[in-house]
Amino acid sequence: MADDRRARTIALKIKRQDGPGQPGYWQEFAVPWHPRMNVISALMEIQKQPVTASGQKVTPVVWECVCLEEVCGSCTMRINGRVRQSCSALVDVIAPGDGPIVLEPMSKFPVVRDLVVDRSRMFEDLKRVKAWINLDGSHELGAGPRQSPESQEQTYPLSRCMTCGCCLEACPQVNPSSDFVGPAAISQVRLFNLHPNGKMHASERLEAVMGEGGVEGCGKAQNCVEVCPKEIPLVDSIASVGRDATKHMLLGWLLK
Amino acid sequence: MAASKSLVRSESGKVRRVIVVGGGLAGLMTVIKLCEAGVPVDLFSLVPVKRSHSVCAQGGINASVNTKGEGDSPQVHLEETVYGGDFLANQPPVKAMCDAAPSIVFMLDRMGVPFNRTPEGLLDFRRFGGTLFHRTAFAGATTGQQLLYALDEQVRRWETVDVEDDRGERVAGEKMVRKLEWWEMIGLVTDDEGVCRGIVAQDLKNMSIVAFPGDAVCLATGGCGIVFGRSTNSVINTGTAASAAYQHGACYANGEFIQVHPTAIPGADKLRLISESVRGEGGRVWVPRDPKEQRAGREVPESARDYFLEEKYPGYGNLVPRDIASRELFKKCFHEHRGVYNRESQRNENEVYLDVTHLPREILQKKLAGVLEIYEKFVGEDPFVNPMRVFPAVHYSMGGLWVDFDRAANGSLVMGSPRNQATSIPGLYACGEADYQYHGANRLGANSLLSCLWAGMVTGPAIAAYRKNVARSAWDMPSSLFEKAEKRERKAFEAILALDGAENPYALHDELAHTMLVDCTIERDNATLDKVLAKIEEIAERSRRVGVTDTAVGKMNQGAQYVRHLRNMIVLARVIALGARNRDESRGAHFKPQFTQRDDANWLRTTMAFHKAGANGENDAVRFVRAVDYTLLGQRVEVKDEVDTTLVRPRPRKYETAGAASTAAKG
Ligand SMILES: Cc1cc2nc3c(=O)[nH]c(=O)nc-3n(C[C@H](O)[C@H](O)[C@H](O)COP(=O)(O)OP(=O)(O)OC[C@H]3O[C@@H](n4cnc5c(N)ncnc54)[C@H](O)[C@@H]3O)c2cc1C
Ligand code: SF4
Repeated sequence: MADDRRARTIALKIKRQDGPGQPGYWQEFAVPWHPRMNVISALMEIQKQPVTASGQKVTPVVWECVCLEEVCGSCTMRINGRVRQSCSALVDVIAPGDGPIVLEPMSKFPVVRDLVVDRSRMFEDLKRVKAWINLDGSHELGAGPRQSPESQEQTYPLSRCMTCGCCLEACPQVNPSSDFVGPAAISQVRLFNLHPNGKMHASERLEAVMGEGGVEGCGKAQNCVEVCPKEIPLVDSIASVGRDATKHMLLGWLLK
Repeated sequence: MAASKSLVRSESGKVRRVIVVGGGLAGLMTVIKLCEAGVPVDLFSLVPVKRSHSVCAQGGINASVNTKGEGDSPQVHLEETVYGGDFLANQPPVKAMCDAAPSIVFMLDRMGVPFNRTPEGLLDFRRFGGTLFHRTAFAGATTGQQLLYALDEQVRRWETVDVEDDRGERVAGEKMVRKLEWWEMIGLVTDDEGVCRGIVAQDLKNMSIVAFPGDAVCLATGGCGIVFGRSTNSVINTGTAASAAYQHGACYANGEFIQVHPTAIPGADKLRLISESVRGEGGRVWVPRDPKEQRAGREVPESARDYFLEEKYPGYGNLVPRDIASRELFKKCFHEHRGVYNRESQRNENEVYLDVTHLPREILQKKLAGVLEIYEKFVGEDPFVNPMRVFPAVHYSMGGLWVDFDRAANGSLVMGSPRNQATSIPGLYACGEADYQYHGANRLGANSLLSCLWAGMVTGPAIAAYRKNVARSAWDMPSSLFEKAEKRERKAFEAILALDGAENPYALHDELAHTMLVDCTIERDNATLDKVLAKIEEIAERSRRVGVTDTAVGKMNQGAQYVRHLRNMIVLARVIALGARNRDESRGAHFKPQFTQRDDANWLRTTMAFHKAGANGENDAVRFVRAVDYTLLGQRVEVKDEVDTTLVRPRPRKYETAGAASTAAKG
């Protein structure tokens, strides 16, 4: 039994692309199975033996990874059609029949090479919505504001967003012909507007998501919550920011 | 700089920037302090800074706020840190760090870190290793992620702030922070006097190589755990930048002190950490009393369990420092063959139980969810029900680039002194896990996030002072200086692209990592270390005959990049293994079965290593010295390898007794 398992090979079908704007093409690999194998360790095997299933010597597959414990967001890709992190994709779970495991880069961001995409737009969006506390400075100013355990329990899950892009990938409203900012940044607006100090600048953040490409762009498909690996209540966030934005618009108009 | 000149604009009208390499906690804190001092920064990182290794930290950050009224204080924190580090750390920087810790945690709180709270709405604290106090602030069990995000947000804000010139007018198009993410620092630029004037970096998206001037350079490039292959570290932690600086002439200190964390999950690509906070919240380590015990962990009755840490160390129990816990686990598994018995493999595996099944589910969910999730995701077992199976893994480097400090009369640091965090190359600074400064021979849990932030707070002002006083700005140097450095690095990279030998670089790294992991971690035997050293030389030699796995030009090329990292890792491996071979004593994480005692008479000193490049195709070597001297802003500074132990007198470590780690603490 043990020997049988050692002889197993896992089939991988990987979409490759040599550089930005170049055409994609597929390659297949057969990698020896090992215990506790995940998609990352399968890709690492290809680095050591960069040969396709048909025996052709190729350059190893290029992909991005850092922490390998699903907390940095780097290694996000489409695996068997579903967007997720590749480190937590355990081979025995996703390919009980030994594959093929299909790997593709995310489709909503420009490809850099093979499975690596450029998600800079997400970081730019964080700038746009001012996802920060307006700190007076890092000098000593004593303790921060008191907060109840309940408020921490509300904000902590929102604060775990690792800018991985799964929610944008899954969202039908995020596409080349729309400039919808996407669920992640909107949820950050909610996070900072909940903080006792962050609240003081809530209107700036709301205004940032009020216009073109803002919270109104959500089509309520609810795909984002399905794919968010951190189980962030994105639909709630969008609804709550949407309500606040409407309120702000009305009040802002009344006050004028 | 001459007073008549602009501090902001160079003679040719460019904005004078300094360079920070690394966007983990240490680098980002340095950037914030520099911006607050009005110094524009170029920030380089291998990966988008939000994805830096600091996100991995789970358990928390230490600060003696004494919320629980236990009598904790920064003085106790200092004593316990120094004691935990087996007295190898210079004490003034540690004192300054511990004194500042409460204000650092308060600052993080103001930045919006969602720390766990007490019912009164104050910061909650939990226990960690090497102390009896509740000293560790935490945000669930993803504290590092939360801290990194808070700093990342502040730095993003600085990315939107305009540079102001000497008269306070905005400089169009120039922001305080310019981020260069997916850029790798590959070399330093130094002038004829050996002063650091900038870096050479490579754009990882297209592999172009560019030299950047900087009035000072700070390396906040993290640790080097990947030298040991699979570890708790992120895959980018190859120590490549520190190694490059060392090869450029910077001193590397205490390289042999590598921390092995007692509790990680064995894995094929990574050994994922199960944080010490699990034991801080009451998790217990045990093995079955009967080595042939066949029942699943949860079915083994209390009387048949051996809680070996609690038994041997009644004072600190499961929270003895990591070096001690790791050695005990190793002994149980390797020497006594008492690891958990596995029915499938029919042998005692190198695993012990880490058990939280007796703790209330609600507490676990509020305080440890992040860690327990990792276990569940990657092992596929529910840790709420089944005791987790864990084994030690390489975790942290106490050693790193040697940095200086300026001691104040009160035993703390002279803040704003350009000597603080200065490496032996003038103009080059280092902070975070990349430096060697705060943890001696063994780091206490939750002290690293603190030391990264503190070192950043010290480095920012140190660089600001250096920049103000440096005789000539890098931005006024002739362009030939940078062109030369650029050419040097281009040539080196082209040479890598031309490598067509038979050795696969990834497989060669596996070999290096294997020998380092098996023979140069928890127990170090001199005869075995000689073999390790011979193996390193063999690998260094073979590394010249690797074949680059990717020859792509003008686009992302991880294969060529990896060859560079591999070479730099081999250089660090030599420093680590030779340091271990030389140090004939046992201290903290460095343990020799032949010399089980600490030897203060001969070895209460910092290991200081310099690089000796091999001539004519020979391998490189290491030159160990007893003092570093360097010239900073025209002044010659000499620092001996003696450790400053003026604040807490060295005494033997004894964790059997409660309260032994500090005189101020009551057991
Ligand atoms: C699993 C795990 C859990 C931990 N938990 C805790 C904890 O609970 N409490 C605690 O106190 N400590 C903990 N630690 C230790 C702590 O996380 C690290 O020591 C700390 O985060 C290091 O931070 P840093 O800023 O020095 O470096 P890092 O966060 O490693 O950042 C290094 C930066 O340098 C960049 N870089 C590196 N080389 C180059 C180059 N050549 N060119 C350009 N950029 C480069 C990287 O891109 C990155 O941005 C833990 C460590 C691990 C592995
Ligand atoms: S909200 Fe979830 S899916 Fe979207 S970027 Fe953040 S972590 Fe990823």
